[in-house]
Amino acid sequence: MDKRSIAAVLAFSVVAVFFIFTALLIHPFGAPNSTAMDDDIITNTQTETGANNAVTSVVFDYRGFDTLGEATVLFTAVAGVVMLFRRLKK
Amino acid sequence: MSGMSKIVKTITNIAIPFILIYGLYVIAHGHLTPGGGFQGGAVVASGLVMIMVAYGSVWTMEKIKEKNLSMLESLGAFCFILLAFLGLAFGSVFFNNYLVGSNSLFGTVPAAGSGLADINTAGVIPLMNFAVGLKVIAGLFAIVLVMAYAVTKKEAKE
Amino acid sequence: MIFNFPFIAVAALIFVGLYAVVFRKNLIKMIIGITIIESGVNLFLITLGYREGSIAPIYTSSPGGIMSLPVPQALTLTSIVIGVAVLALMLSLVIHIYRHYNTLDVRKIGGDEE
Repeated sequence: MDKRSIAAVLAFSVVAVFFIFTALLIHPFGAPNSTAMDDDIITNTQTETGANNAVTSVVFDYRGFDTLGEATVLFTAVAGVVMLFRRLKK
Repeated sequence: MSGMSKIVKTITNIAIPFILIYGLYVIAHGHLTPGGGFQGGAVVASGLVMIMVAYGSVWTMEKIKEKNLSMLESLGAFCFILLAFLGLAFGSVFFNNYLVGSNSLFGTVPAAGSGLADINTAGVIPLMNFAVGLKVIAGLFAIVLVMAYAVTKKEAKE
Repeated sequence: MIFNFPFIAVAALIFVGLYAVVFRKNLIKMIIGITIIESGVNLFLITLGYREGSIAPIYTSSPGGIMSLPVPQALTLTSIVIGVAVLALMLSLVIHIYRHYNTLDVRKIGGDEE
């Protein structure tokens, strides 16, 4: 297994250099690049949806379809776990 | 797993109403303060897991059968999809917020930029919070209960 | 190097989690590594949406000022719930593997390769 572990260390160091290089060259922390959509959501969230909480209005009103997908993932996981521990009654 | 001593059961009996009330408060005020369906559902599920740890998983499985839990979870998912389809029936698009601005259940609209909190606002969002909260409570508690009950019986394998 | 410190913390978290997945032979340690990678990705999503000197995007009794972006916070909520669901499935599969093979070593389970 010596050749395999040398290849693993080499690939691992390439990935680590790539990550650290990206973390130093990304946009500075505190100044995101394009904020036009979020500014629209913050100014219009009380008259269009009627909620005081902008995050809840994004989760359930502006992007409600993603919440439907997440509820499906949770349902599938619970169904999988309950099915794996079912024992056949004699 | 078996239950714990008498002291642990007494303290659990005292502390559980406060945990359940706090979790229901986080679910119900999701459109005014930080929180909502997923967060409050996790709090209530943690309280129910505390009951299971104190009383033993065999006793809890006899009181709460797992088909009641899966029926509650399916009821929560069904109510969520029903509210989305009612938006299609009353408006024109899927997930339409049809109760904002009308004079019915959750209809008033807060003034722009004000900081006053009225619970009678935000349309369909509080009803969706309750549906998703019920689904998360039943789902997370069913996962922990089934896994804790399945590691007790060692002689009845396959 | 202080100015981009949260992004360097994200890189360190993913680094540690990837090391645990690649170089360890116990199944539980690999699952812990996957959870650490998940935490690093959630931290990355949240730090993408911060503005300098901003408050939380909630209008109830807010002291006023610019607000941070709400959309990355909503996507992180979804990601955390999906992480919990995947962790539950992984752990129940590990319980079944242990009952069948009676070991948790990755080199000793699986396939017919003699």
